[in-house]
Amino acid sequence: MIHSSSTVELADDLAADYAPHKRSFWRALVASPSGLIGLVVVAVLILAALLAPVIAPYDPLRMAAGPRLQPPSLNHLMGTDDFGRDVISRIIYGARLTLQIGVIAVGISLTAGLLLGLVAGYSSGWTERILMRLVDVLFSFTEIVIALACLAIFGVGLTNAMIAIGIASIPFYARVTHSVVLVEKGKPYFEAAVAAGAGHMRLIFLHLLPNVVPTLIVIGTLGVSTAILAAAGLSFLGLGAQPPQPEWGFMLSSSRDLISRAPWMMIFPGLAIAITVLGFNLLGDGIREALDPRQKER
Amino acid sequence: MTSDTTEPLLSVKGLTISFGRGRYRNVVVKDLSYDLHPGETLAIVGESGSGKSVSSMALLGLLPPGAANVESGTASFDGQDLLQLSDEELRGIRGDRVTMIFQEPMTSLTPVLRIGQQLTEALIEHKGMSGSEAAARGREMLTLVGLDKVERRMRQFPHELSGGMRQRVMIAMAMASDPAILLADEPTTALDVTVQAQILDLMRDLKTKFGTSIILITHDMGVVAEMADRVVVMRKGVKIEEGPVESIFEVPQHDYTKALLAAVPRLGAHAAAAQPRTVVDDPARPGDRLLHTEGMSKTFRERGLFVAKSGGTAAMQDVGFDLATGETLALVGESGSGKSTTGRAVLRLLDLDEGVIEIGGTDMRKLSGTAVRKARREMQMIFQDPFASLNPRLSAGRLVAEPMVIHGLASGKELQDRTEQLFLRVGLEADHMRRFPHEFSGGQRQRLSIARALSVNPKLIVADEPTSALDVSVQAQVLELMLELQQSLGLAYLFISHDMAVVEEVAHRVAVMRRGRIVEIGPRQAVLNDPHHAYTRALLAAVPVPDPTRTRGTLPVLDIDQLPMGPLAEVAPQHMVAS
Repeated sequence: MIHSSSTVELADDLAADYAPHKRSFWRALVASPSGLIGLVVVAVLILAALLAPVIAPYDPLRMAAGPRLQPPSLNHLMGTDDFGRDVISRIIYGARLTLQIGVIAVGISLTAGLLLGLVAGYSSGWTERILMRLVDVLFSFTEIVIALACLAIFGVGLTNAMIAIGIASIPFYARVTHSVVLVEKGKPYFEAAVAAGAGHMRLIFLHLLPNVVPTLIVIGTLGVSTAILAAAGLSFLGLGAQPPQPEWGFMLSSSRDLISRAPWMMIFPGLAIAITVLGFNLLGDGIREALDPRQKER
Repeated sequence: MTSDTTEPLLSVKGLTISFGRGRYRNVVVKDLSYDLHPGETLAIVGESGSGKSVSSMALLGLLPPGAANVESGTASFDGQDLLQLSDEELRGIRGDRVTMIFQEPMTSLTPVLRIGQQLTEALIEHKGMSGSEAAARGREMLTLVGLDKVERRMRQFPHELSGGMRQRVMIAMAMASDPAILLADEPTTALDVTVQAQILDLMRDLKTKFGTSIILITHDMGVVAEMADRVVVMRKGVKIEEGPVESIFEVPQHDYTKALLAAVPRLGAHAAAAQPRTVVDDPARPGDRLLHTEGMSKTFRERGLFVAKSGGTAAMQDVGFDLATGETLALVGESGSGKSTTGRAVLRLLDLDEGVIEIGGTDMRKLSGTAVRKARREMQMIFQDPFASLNPRLSAGRLVAEPMVIHGLASGKELQDRTEQLFLRVGLEADHMRRFPHEFSGGQRQRLSIARALSVNPKLIVADEPTSALDVSVQAQVLELMLELQQSLGLAYLFISHDMAVVEEVAHRVAVMRRGRIVEIGPRQAVLNDPHHAYTRALLAAVPVPDPTRTRGTLPVLDIDQLPMGPLAEVAPQHMVAS
């Protein structure tokens, strides 16, 4: 169906495509307030994750780094927990886990959803009907139920939680991709490519994919925040991160019994989650605005 | 009606409108002035980007707030300056003293409200009529605009009416409050030519009955010639010329007006010539048969949950024709006639229920998927909308080169060179290759589509309304290019169009389609100069003539259901008519 030479030339085609868009995209992203704020928040998060050993004042796992349950002070900016661990260090190291969760969970669901949606939308007929009905069935369960089912099969743990969340949100990405593909397939340029004699691979990867990707970047960015929240939820239930991992959701749940004595143990991880989720949401909005051609032409 | 002694009803002076602010400021209308006298039809004509719509929308405060700024100017009407009125005060005038009809009758009626409700709303609001008074007036108006079964129409929803009927409802709504000014923005552009003729007749009729002044915004010189008393020609936001319609058409002063009029295709201009005009020295003439089709039928069926439902719409029934190399066969017809379906079927972009399509002796319908793709080298397509038919994410160079890449005709340096030659061939520049589609104008984009189609040296090009989305001056250039390419390369064109004047200019033979069937087919002169089928005659009679001194004849009354739609019978050599 597809010759090896055309696969090579396809790769060239794809590689050549993005360069001319880049500069104006970044400029537009920074020009929108939500894009700028989101970008800054996410950049800070990435920096914190990368430089954790340099920034964090203490080892996040070291017990009795200070007195137990100490309120925020100059020594411990966010106080210490019930094992005497430094909360700010744990939060900084927690950024690593949070980013992993976002990237891995969204990576899984985006890739699988994109492929499913592309194949279903492009093929039409029986393939489409069977695939999409399958997606509908999965859709009828809440994501968290599917994630719980996956965890019951794989076993408890943070890595498994990431995979479970990724699997649980595949139907969503498949649905979105499918609908975008249907819209793009109806546009004359697609018919023009068919009329020119283009093969399946060229139609899917050169004509459909680049026009689907912008939408998916936007919802993928928004999806990162959903994944982080879901992972925090699972960890809160004790199904995700296990002690002594400095995962924010898990930090929240372990502070539950001490809420009146040591509210800082709950406030700071909670804030970290909230700000991160907000950051990714703003970034997603910013990207959507920046990718909108109507914005560019002004 | 034109007289400078009467007090103008509306007087626009020094109107300047811009979009954006600061360094993004873009003046779209510059220092525009005109008067509108009572009972007069003033046509504002211009091509896209001329500011003709924007300047009129501004009068009613209908410009997008924030984006557009009315920078200066006055518009005195009834002793008030329309441009100074508050939103509240404007609302009192809109829909009452000044009303509007829009281009798209499909979208300018609210889909969820009954016709009667939409019709009476403004009357109750502005005239303070009671519900039953307004309903009576509504029924009266629907009768006036020529709708039947008025009682039922009042209770119907917009989707139950055809495009022409909806535009009649729009006109009824606009005229119901007996306005002083009717603003008509491209009122017939979206309509079929026979419906357009009826709507124009209706508007003229109502104008005399009500004494309304009309501001007619249009790009169509034929409509202008038919309707206008006076004409304002605009270009790039500036008034180029103004004058009574006769003098604009007969002694245009400005070069732009002259060029615009020269570019308008006129039905009958090529009536004496048997062949399209020659644009190269040694033109290729129609040769051997290239395409043969017969008995093509296609019914679109709605898909049920698992299997196709029975019934459906017959888009094409028993369509067949031949096409020779170097020849143009024009498929003409109105919307829903099946002409585009036919074009797509020939390229196997959709699968037929039955029929034969032979290209160069090969039966296209028997080819497998891979073979069809190979066969597509021989036949390419040019689409109507050059804005949508080019993938926005590929550069112009890659788009033009794509068919060559697909069919493995060239690569590397050779591909580059051939792409460059194609750009030059269609009148683009070599350094346009790196640009993206949105950086081109409509005409340039259609040149790109043509270059793309030419890249694989096809024998047949299906052109689906290739110039309908273009301004007339651009249309003339694109048609010229198509003629030149045909005559130097011996291309066969299947030219799908609704515009009889364009068809007359380019076609060797003409096939008239109606409701999925060919009702008349033959050499161009035979079909256009001596039409045998009643529907062909009606189509030709409905074409507006871009000449104010000639009035279009009255429309023949067609009994839609009694038109002969049967098998074709020969009335003259090669001239076949449905019996």
